[in-house]
Parts: sequence; C-alpha cells; structure tokens
Amino acid sequence: MKILVAVKRVIDYNVKVRVKTDNTDVDLTNVKMAINPFCEIAVEEAVRLKEKGVATEIVAVSLGPKECQEQIRTALALGADRGIQVQTDDPLGSLSVAKLLKAIVDEEKPDLVLLGKQSIDSDNGQTGQMLAALAGMSQGTYASEVNVDSGKVSVTREVDGGLQTVSLNLPAVVTTDLRLNEPRYASLPNIMKAKRKPLDVKSPEDLGISVSSTLTTIKVEPPAERQAGIKVASVDELVEKLKNEAKVI
Amino acid sequence: MAILVVADHDNGTLAPATLNTVAAATAIGGDIHLLVAGSGCGSVVEQASAVSGVSKVLHADNPALENRLAENVSLLVAELGKDYSHILASTSTDARNTMPRVAAMLDVDQISDIISVVSEDTFSRPIYAGNAIATVQSNASIKVITVRSTGFDPVASEGGSAAVEAVASNHDAGISSFVSEELAQSDRPELTAADIIVSGGRGMGNGENFELLYKVADKLGAAVGASRAAVDAGYVPNDMQVGQTGKIVAPNLYVAVGISGAIQHLAGMKDSKVIVAINKDEEAPIFQVADYGLVADLFEAVPELEGKL
Ligand SMILES: Cc1cc2nc3c(=O)[nH]c(=O)nc-3n(C[C@H](O)[C@H](O)[C@H](O)COP(=O)(O)OP(=O)(O)OC[C@H]3O[C@@H](n4cnc5c(N)ncnc54)[C@H](O)[C@@H]3O)c2cc1C
Ligand SMILES: Nc1ncnc2c1ncn2[C@@H]1O[C@H](COP(=O)(O)O)[C@@H](O)[C@H]1O
Repeated sequence: MKILVAVKRVIDYNVKVRVKTDNTDVDLTNVKMAINPFCEIAVEEAVRLKEKGVATEIVAVSLGPKECQEQIRTALALGADRGIQVQTDDPLGSLSVAKLLKAIVDEEKPDLVLLGKQSIDSDNGQTGQMLAALAGMSQGTYASEVNVDSGKVSVTREVDGGLQTVSLNLPAVVTTDLRLNEPRYASLPNIMKAKRKPLDVKSPEDLGISVSSTLTTIKVEPPAERQAGIKVASVDELVEKLKNEAKVI
Repeated sequence: MAILVVADHDNGTLAPATLNTVAAATAIGGDIHLLVAGSGCGSVVEQASAVSGVSKVLHADNPALENRLAENVSLLVAELGKDYSHILASTSTDARNTMPRVAAMLDVDQISDIISVVSEDTFSRPIYAGNAIATVQSNASIKVITVRSTGFDPVASEGGSAAVEAVASNHDAGISSFVSEELAQSDRPELTAADIIVSGGRGMGNGENFELLYKVADKLGAAVGASRAAVDAGYVPNDMQVGQTGKIVAPNLYVAVGISGAIQHLAGMKDSKVIVAINKDEEAPIFQVADYGLVADLFEAVPELEGKL
C-alpha cells in the first residue's frame, strides 16, 4: 500500500513570534523554521506502517517556496522514499493546499494520506478534511491509533469527551494527534542518504490548479498583554486574596 | 439571507457551546436557523427551539447521522447551507471534523476559531498559538466559520419559541462507520463550561497524585484539566488537555499546579479571569501570566489549600 504524507514548513514551535510593527503579519525574518510537529508525527506513522510491512512506499509532499524542500528532506531522512514539492511563493490557504494535494492524489493514487491535525502557524485545522471531501474519501481526524486491516483502516480519535473509534474504507485521509507516536530522530547516515532520494518539483500550473483565496488579512496585531500579578507568601494569603480581593471563591 | 448554525449535541442534550455560537450569529445579524442533525434527537430539538434569538429549528433525524460522522453530516450541511449567507458551528471536535468538509464541498475557504465579529464579512481569530490576532475579511458567497466559545457570551437557553421543520436526512456516504467510543465519566463540571478549573502538569509526578487536585476541585465545584505533558505521560486522559491543541478555556478562576507555562499551554487558558500558579520554580513562565503566584512544593501547598477551603 502506498502512503502520501503532507509536511508543512512552519516556524519552530519553541520560537515566540512577534508581530511586525506595521501590523501586516508576523515577523519571520531570521526565525528558525521546522517541520510542523503534527506532520512529523504523520511521517513517523507512515514509517512505522512501512516497517510493519503494511506500507510499501511513502511519498512526502510539501507546498510552498523553495525552502520547503528542507522539510521534504527531513521526511526523507526519517524514512520517506521520495518527495514532491509544489513550488509557489503565493500564500496558500488550506483550501488551495487541499486542491493541490487532491491533484497529487489523482496522479499518485495513494491508499492512505496522512496529514497533521493542525498547522501551528495558521492554527486552521482544515486541510485534511477538505482534501477528504474533494477526493471523496473517508477521514479519521485527531488520530491516536491507526490500524490497517483487510482493506479498511480503523482509527481511534481524540474527541472532546474521550476516545472514538471509526472504521474507514480505503483510500482514506488520517490526521494525526499528539499521542499517535513519538517521532524518532533522523540519524546522520539517513540524513546523508536522504540527499540522494528523488525529489520532484512541480508548479500549481503543472497540476492545473490556480491558487486563489476568498480571504484577505486586514491586519495582524499582538494579543492583549496580561499583566503579571503578585507573589503570595503562603497558602493562607492565597485563600484570603481569592476570597476578598478577587472574589472568585 | 439567513445564518445557519449547526448545533452541538449528543442526541440527548444541546451542548452549551451552541449558545455561544448563536451569540456570534446574533453579532453578525440576520435570521438564525439552528440545525439539529442526529438520530432520535427529539429532546435536543425541543431545547433548540427554546434558544433565544433562533427563528427556526431544522430537524434532520436518521440513523446515518447518529454518531455525527463527518462524511455523512457534511453532505447534509453542504446541501442545506447553499441557501445561507453564513454557516456557523462551534470548535467542538465534531464541528472541527465536519465543517472544513462542508467548506470544501461549497468551494469556499473556512474561517476557523473566530473570537470576534467586526462586521458581517470581517472577523478576528488567533494565530500562532494566540501570539497574534488576525483580522480577516471574506468575500466568499457563503462564509463557513467555526466559533471559539470563550469569545462570545452565551445567549439565553430559554425564552425563544422557534418553529421546527423536519428536513430530508438520508445522507449516508457509506464510506465510514462508527465502531465504539470510550467517554470519560465524571461527576465534575465539563472543562469548557466550568467556572473554576484546577489543572495539573508534569509536576504532579503520576496519575495517583491527581487525587490531590480532585479533592480541591470537589471543594470548589471545579473541573480538572491538565497540561500536555501530564496527558502524554499517561497521568490523565486526553480529554483533559488544555492548550493550543487541546481545549480552550476561560473560567473565572484557573489554578495551574506543577505546570511550567509553555506558550502552547498558555494559548488555552490565558483569557481566564483570574490565574493562580503553584510551582516550586520561581522562574517558571507561568508566573508571568498569574495574578497570584505561590512558589511552593505542590505536595505541601495543595493539601494545605484543600484543608483551608
Ligand atoms: C505541537 C505541539 C502542541 C502542543 N500542545 C499543547 C497543549 O495543547 N497543551 C499543553 O499544555 N502543552 C502543549 N504542548 C506542550 C508544551 O510545549 C509543553 O511541553 C507542556 O505544556 C509542558 O507541560 P508541563 O508544564 O506540565 O511540564 P513541564 O514543562 O515539565 O513543567 C513542569 C513544572 O512543574 C514544576 N514542578 C515540578 N515538581 C513540582 C513540585 N513538587 N511542586 C511544584 N511544582 C513542581 C516544575 O518547576 C515545572 O515548572 C504542545 C507542544 C507541541 C510541540
Ligand atoms: N503548505 C503545505 N504543504 C504541505 N502540507 C500542508 C501544507 N499546509 C497544510 N498542510 C497539511 O495539512 C495539515 C493541517 O494544516 P492546516 O489545515 O493548515 O491546519 C498540516 O499538518 C499538513 O499536514
């Protein structure tokens, strides 16, 4: 079975972002970039399915400017077999990403598409579901367990009330949650090997998709700052403050 | 044109978040229709028709909608949604699962997790774990939106008298099926609806030690939450995670115990009215957002706190 994994280049999750002074966007100059943590979990899951003999080929896809090839190389170093980059400098909304991924799905015909549940920059949480709709596929979002068995995939999902398990016809889309697995580190020899793995570069035009959006960002502002309060010296003082000053208990 | 709000429910009870979503719809302005899609969900329909500000309740009842599988519900919502200017739902896992599917079927972008309505086509929403707030304008013919509950005060659950209309509901994509669910059982309030939350982090050390927090919570009538580290370590189940990628809460009082205060955790609780932090490390970032900080060993401070409540 063939697996397609979508990996996004985002700001490293340890970096505290700052809003540009002209309020047009956040400032990404000289900021450390990385693979979206949820996409890393998706790559790991694909690699484990291959190690179990369930998957035969893993194709890693990233969409964006030339630099996102770095994140494809990371996926290749972790165990993906080949990469596809859709190169564009245009900003991509989740719907555009889903349309481009749908075009790749039509070419590659994977049995399973793995994505992160959410990008930690846009915090959209949309792409997997949109791709599933466009491709007419079933979907298992927020996965904490994935089992492929006789033409179906069973997915345990982290939902508001606890856990839910669904059974999906293949081909299916699965989006990863934090507890699905713990991604490995790429070894140096594998990083070297990844440099020689095939990486195809395409344009949105090659795929017959025009990138556009119905959304315009008018401004980006810092959130209201919260003032740090006071330190209390004892539990007694804490209880007193909560009762008489804050009046919350 | 009218606004379609997709109700959150479990076939028995209308979820409180729907009242916040209706509030967002009210801020946009227009006729508000509430869709209740499920199976055997008549009592939800009754509750829905009493919600203040709703003019019509659409009732879709079918076994295929029982577990609210996104593949099936999205077919229904996309079909009904064509006649509306906006389609709104909360940010529950059900709605987040279904709505992007609806948006893609209608060929429009979705606006996730709005915290305010600027005008009928302009909304603000947090990005980068709440480290920035973006204001976005949409020229889509149908605006598909999910609503962060903490951004909107709920409308009244009583006082309305909406007409109920049955709608066709034979929407079964036939590509997925429900197998089972394991829902957490608790007598404590639900995290996203609680007035007071006591949360524990890695500092709790293990799952048994959460007992200390449950005792405090029971004295305060509070819900209990957790950091990702505490969930990952298996101390508590996943539905207790508060944060950027967990639940977003804004209670009157949030007590963070043995939690360092990583941005991903703060993203889920920093809009709480009063924040208390108990941590033995006085440099912990959580103290930068806490109204009251207590530098102490939690294993001494928490039992003492419980005794004094
Ligand atoms: C993609 C992604 C998504 C994430 N989403 C979330 C999310 O939704 N929610 C979330 O919470 N995190 C999330 N995280 C994780 C986040 O970055 C932090 O790792 C996590 O919040 C840390 O949890 P913690 O504060 O419990 O643990 P730690 O950072 O290890 O802090 C433990 C604290 O306990 C204190 N302590 C220890 N012992 C005691 C004692 N005896 N008495 C008093 N204090 C004590 C320590 O001083 C320390 O400050 C996410 C991370 C990523 C990469
Ligand atoms: N530009 C992109 N390139 C590759 N994958 C992407 C891109 N944007 C989004 N995705 C995938 O979609 C997931 C969810 O993204 P989002 O809907 O933006 O929160 C990510 O974790 C990725 O797996």
